[in-house]
Amino acid sequence: MGLRNFFDRVEPHFERGGKYEKYFPLYEMVESFLYTPKTVTTAAPHARSYIDMKRIMTYVVMATIPCILMGMYNIGFQVNTAIETLGATGWRVWVLETTGIGFNAANPMVNILHGALYFLPIYITTLVAGGIFEVIFATIRRHEVNEGFLVTSMLYALIMPPDAPLWQVALGIIFGVVIGKEVFGGTGKNFLNPALTGRAFLYFAYPQEMSGDTIWTPVDGFSGATSLAIAASDGYQEIVARGTTWMDSFLGFVQGSIGETSTLACFIGLAFLLTTRIANWRMIAGCLGGMIAFSTLLNLIGSDTNPMFAMPWYWHLVVGGYAFGLVFMVTEPVSGSHTNMGRFIYGALIGFMVVMIRVINPAFPEGMMLAILFGNVFAPLIDHFVVQANIRRRARRHV
Amino acid sequence: MSQTRRQMLIDPLVDNNPITLQVLGICSALAVTSSLQVAFVMSLAVTFVTAFSSMFISMLRNHIPGSIRIIVQMVIIASLVILVDQVLKAYAYEISKTLSVFVGLIITNCIVMGRAEAFAMKNPPVASFIDGIGNGLGYGLILMLVGFFRELFGAGSLFGITIFETVNNGGWYVPNGMLLLPPSAFFIIGLIIWAFRAWKPAQVEEREYKIQTVESH
Repeated sequence: MGLRNFFDRVEPHFERGGKYEKYFPLYEMVESFLYTPKTVTTAAPHARSYIDMKRIMTYVVMATIPCILMGMYNIGFQVNTAIETLGATGWRVWVLETTGIGFNAANPMVNILHGALYFLPIYITTLVAGGIFEVIFATIRRHEVNEGFLVTSMLYALIMPPDAPLWQVALGIIFGVVIGKEVFGGTGKNFLNPALTGRAFLYFAYPQEMSGDTIWTPVDGFSGATSLAIAASDGYQEIVARGTTWMDSFLGFVQGSIGETSTLACFIGLAFLLTTRIANWRMIAGCLGGMIAFSTLLNLIGSDTNPMFAMPWYWHLVVGGYAFGLVFMVTEPVSGSHTNMGRFIYGALIGFMVVMIRVINPAFPEGMMLAILFGNVFAPLIDHFVVQANIRRRARRHV
Repeated sequence: MSQTRRQMLIDPLVDNNPITLQVLGICSALAVTSSLQVAFVMSLAVTFVTAFSSMFISMLRNHIPGSIRIIVQMVIIASLVILVDQVLKAYAYEISKTLSVFVGLIITNCIVMGRAEAFAMKNPPVASFIDGIGNGLGYGLILMLVGFFRELFGAGSLFGITIFETVNNGGWYVPNGMLLLPPSAFFIIGLIIWAFRAWKPAQVEEREYKIQTVESH
């Protein structure tokens, strides 16, 4: 093993007192990326399991693969379909023409390749910009660059609109990494989800590029509202009337951010995360329960002026970012609640808030991002009350 | 004496800044910093009120009964604030409209009350006056810093003069809309506090808890 020998030979230089002591986090990053790490965590977030951080993070990245493939396919499909009538411009067209791939919307491979030309620049930008800041903080604060960033960057890239300007993508992930994570001490101490923090920053800073009807399928002259925007203005029946069935929405052939459109792909990832027990089923159950209960309640109340009141829970499930957030964001172990009872409440709070924002707040058609961040903020408080309740219960037992 | 007076004036700028070290007067710092012009007028108003209220309270300090001192202080501060408010309405009506309720809220600004209680009640008038000016300037300094970043990156201008031509006017700069929303001042003040404490480590507070070591070799 020449590579292992090389690492063993240069390692002393990077350890305390060595020549390149300062760059230890860089060395550690490359080494633990290639080999099983030699260090073992002893405290939160993974104190009580033999599964180390590297394995957890790698599993989550693996769980996103269906979403990535489906997302790339859907973008390619949407763009190729739009190109048939509107024509196309830009560097991607040049690439596809010179390589002879073309724009046939009926061919899945062509669609995926076209979609990759949208997804990969965003993903690479995220990795480079966020990675630089990870390494800067790791070097100055002497903590390791861990695999958590691979998850953050993947999730972040998947919740971008396909044609997001790359400099904004970079700015957002830097904000997410620094303000969402590093200022609080790095992975394991972030009380907000870093990927969502970055996305929220962009949402409020550059609303023109992050919301609206024209950004989801980046073809000049094309305008396609998201299902939620349609439902918010004309009611959910209008989604079907405009040619998108529930099944289309479930499979993911709709307008939306890169990875979030396909509920099915998210659920495949969820099955993997639940089987490996990375995701906690209590959060999922709470979030589903809260969403179903509150949307059903609103169905029963009804409203003459707000068509969103009538939207049933099975539509809430398949439109917008609900499924993606449910699977990959709600279940994030660090920013969520840590007690079992708390996890139910935490999930239910998010499920409740997402319906609340979607239906009752006219300013935001989509509510999953804000609902999860809201849940993140309340998670420690929920834990506190669960622990207090437990203390009181046990105290009563021993009067 | 002159040395200490100079210190009274300079200390609140960085070493004992009312916003970054004592974390007082945050509400107005969030609300009025979206443009430099407004932030500047607000800084002047607060400096004026802090300086003169401290001076008057200090003059009366031996005659104010301890049990009702807050009420007396409030009366003095409120009179000065009303004065400022009327002057602004008369001579700078547009800015006064932008500042709206926040001029009136100077009455409840923790910095003004804080200096009255902590300094003016125990020190002679001239020293109190200088201390008030110093703290007003310290407040103003942070307000102007926050206003600088928010206006420059949020609207591409400084004091209303265009620095970066925005996309809407045919330029290249895409303004950052979040910086025009009040919560962005939280981030900027936080980053300024971070910068100050990195520069002057003496300002770093002692930890209330110990962060656990996560790894062992």
